[in-house]
Amino acid sequence: MADTQFDLIVVGGGPGGYVAAIRAAQLKMKVALVEANHLGGICLNWGCIPTKALLRSSEIYHNMQHAKNYGLSAEGIGFDLDAIVKRSRNVSKQLNGGVGHLLKKNKVTVFDGYGKLAGKGKLHVEKDGKAIADLSAKHIILATGARARELPGMEPDGKLIWYYKDALVPNEVPKRLLVIGSGAIGIEFASFFHTLGSQTTVVEMVDRIVPAEDAEISAFLQKSLTKDGMEILTSAGVKGIKKGKDTVTATIEVGGKVEEREFDRVIVAAGIVGNVENLGLEGTKVKVDRTHIVTNEWLETGEPGVYAIGDVAGAPWLAHKASHEGILCVEKIAGTQGLHPMNPDRIPGCTYCRPQIASVGLTEAQAKDRGLKVKVGRFPFQGNGKAIALGEPEGLIKVLFDDKTGELLGAHMIGAEVTELIQGYGIAMELETTEAELMHTVFAHPTLSEMMHESVLDAFGRAIHF
Amino acid sequence: MPIEILMPALSPTMTEGNLATWNVAEGDTVSAGDVICEIETDKATMEVEAVDEGVVGKILVPAGTEAVAVNALIALLLEDGEDAAALDGYTPSAGGAPAEAAPAEATPEAPAPASAPAPAAAPAASSGSRVFASPLARRIAADKGLDLNAVAGSGPRGRIVKRDVENAQPGAKPAAAPASAAAPAAPSAPAVTVDDPIFANMPDFEAVPNSTMRKVIAKRLTESARDVPHFNLTVDVEIDKLLKLRKELNGQEGAAYKISVNDFIVKAAALALTRVPECNVAYTDDAILQFKKVDMAIAVAIDGGLITPIVKDAASKGLATLSNEIKELAGKARDGKLMPEEFQGGTFTISNLGMFGVKGFNSIINPPQGGILSVGAGEQRPVVKDGALAIATVVTLTLAVDHRCIDGATGAAFIKELKAVIENPIALML
Repeated sequence: MADTQFDLIVVGGGPGGYVAAIRAAQLKMKVALVEANHLGGICLNWGCIPTKALLRSSEIYHNMQHAKNYGLSAEGIGFDLDAIVKRSRNVSKQLNGGVGHLLKKNKVTVFDGYGKLAGKGKLHVEKDGKAIADLSAKHIILATGARARELPGMEPDGKLIWYYKDALVPNEVPKRLLVIGSGAIGIEFASFFHTLGSQTTVVEMVDRIVPAEDAEISAFLQKSLTKDGMEILTSAGVKGIKKGKDTVTATIEVGGKVEEREFDRVIVAAGIVGNVENLGLEGTKVKVDRTHIVTNEWLETGEPGVYAIGDVAGAPWLAHKASHEGILCVEKIAGTQGLHPMNPDRIPGCTYCRPQIASVGLTEAQAKDRGLKVKVGRFPFQGNGKAIALGEPEGLIKVLFDDKTGELLGAHMIGAEVTELIQGYGIAMELETTEAELMHTVFAHPTLSEMMHESVLDAFGRAIHF
Repeated sequence: MPIEILMPALSPTMTEGNLATWNVAEGDTVSAGDVICEIETDKATMEVEAVDEGVVGKILVPAGTEAVAVNALIALLLEDGEDAAALDGYTPSAGGAPAEAAPAEATPEAPAPASAPAPAAAPAASSGSRVFASPLARRIAADKGLDLNAVAGSGPRGRIVKRDVENAQPGAKPAAAPASAAAPAAPSAPAVTVDDPIFANMPDFEAVPNSTMRKVIAKRLTESARDVPHFNLTVDVEIDKLLKLRKELNGQEGAAYKISVNDFIVKAAALALTRVPECNVAYTDDAILQFKKVDMAIAVAIDGGLITPIVKDAASKGLATLSNEIKELAGKARDGKLMPEEFQGGTFTISNLGMFGVKGFNSIINPPQGGILSVGAGEQRPVVKDGALAIATVVTLTLAVDHRCIDGATGAAFIKELKAVIENPIALML
């Protein structure tokens, strides 16, 4: 009979849950992790990681197509979709095994099943209607994640209407693709399939794509994608879908006009909903608001001893936010001194469309909504030697400073490799540097990161190379 | 191993000083006790003596360097038999804190009374050590006039971060040195610079650069005048009896002293303060510190400013001792030779402008002291006695006190006692 008494039980083995479990083990807690499907969660198995693998393939394909720009010749350029997908699945598989190894190394007991609260400090684990275990612990962390929001009339069928899981293992590159939703997920898939040759149309409800980003970045991306031949419809909605044999007819309303358009496949990426069902929340003081569990700044729910982290605990739906919450939650439980709640204004975000987007902190509009007077700096990729040498002259780095204090309020980037650059600003923000320290920092030449320096200088009218 | 010579702390509160001159050059042999350099603090120039003997290997901080942090490595001394090669690649030990280790925000020279109870000394202890604060927190603190020494940090390892300074209020200091906080957010005196256009319409001038002392006077007295609620009490005292006694004392055969009127007043004020100890106080946000002895600071005009040497425990000293001590201190003050402990501290100040014929005046309190007595000229004035005009030698005394710790009636009790002592000076002999 396996041990059922623990100090902490984590429900969900995604980037929030497994990180929380490992941190708790480091803090000498006896930890159980309950996971029904796959360690590493959506992120590792059906999200961040496998999409990056796909996008890497499409990026190289794109570069091969443009080989002559670099003085190279490549003929018979093509791709094997099955091989691309297989590579992506293998990447996930490898990392999934890695998480299992880490949990084992940290002596976290993993239970294969779904967890359900069953009274104070108790958790019932079952799978396929069969009881697996009844566990008890003083602290239970719910890290059950989220899933795609299904649009009525556009439920996933695995054939014509794809959600992210289908889009990750496509059996063909659709000739005409409709993507509903232009958030990170929608725009990444649009970018992938468009690069592989799909005639792609993106429909976004609000007036700009990647609406969570700074408006200037949205505009830059829209211009870039449009130039690349993608069709972008903003302030638009898909009113209905009529399925044919191997095509769909979508009723799209844009600019007050309704038209019917035929596509081969539809990808629905219209937000997510939290996995709050079947957790035994009924009868507890855990509050759920619009499919997300309500917590305080320490990730505590209304029910003593029950915590929620990651996607199920609300936006932003990012793996690194979930992991950070997991660590914070566990350290708070352990009574670690000197903790402070996560500052939502310092969570970076990356989107791997082409060109890439990365940002941290406030957008210009958010800063203005807070009544802050800002100094804005911008630097274009075309002013950077390394960008030109890479053949990536398209992009922009924009920074916002508080006019009064010199606080770095936000940074917004679009262009090649910006997802690897953003952390420089993330560290600067966490260390509370002002423009003075950033100006004094020596940036290596020749690098794309020099633009981060120039952008700061520009905010104070001192850019050298533009 | 070369011997490290570090920037000395010439007083408990000193965080930095100017390295004025080097009295030795590289290659010179020095013995313990030799004067090697002079350090200028905000109030005095101090000689620094060698502690060890050896050959001056390398001077690391050149003469004329301003704001050298305490404990910064200023020179290396070669031990007997060591040659200059020992200096190559020499890495300073932990003691050699770089100059920037002492932040500019460190507590300004706050004369913590030497005899003060323990709490009063607390801020001084922390002021010399490095304050860990984020650049943003430093900037916000500077904008708000916050002293970072008074802010508790909540960041990693106690680092002061934005949220710590955002809601802190200037002047919310833990203890002592109430008026030594940096300029608060309240509008401060408009800073006029030399290149201000206003001066173009004024006669030609010579710009005399502000000395360290001038800057300290400007800063501290501005803060005091702005932040300390002053009020004044004025009284005329007759000193005919005092003058007569003085003549008798000074006329004693073989007298090794010459007691001045001011000496009498110093002694009288010290005595009155022991009788009304509520006026021998310093204000802090948490408590009023009532001192158990009177350390009397005496304002002495010197070249380029003024300084206040201190007669420790003035109430317990005889007039002759007191008089000689004041003379010696004033002489040292004028020669710039006062040791820091001879001018820092003090629980009360006396300022006398009588020798210039000034009838009476108001002074600005020297924080954290609670009061200052201004002494005018002794002069014959008509007075009314028993309904008839008479002539008496009268001095006008004006007491300025910090209303946060001394109220009107308390101040009046002191000045009444002072008047009684001066007018019956025989009591001073007891």
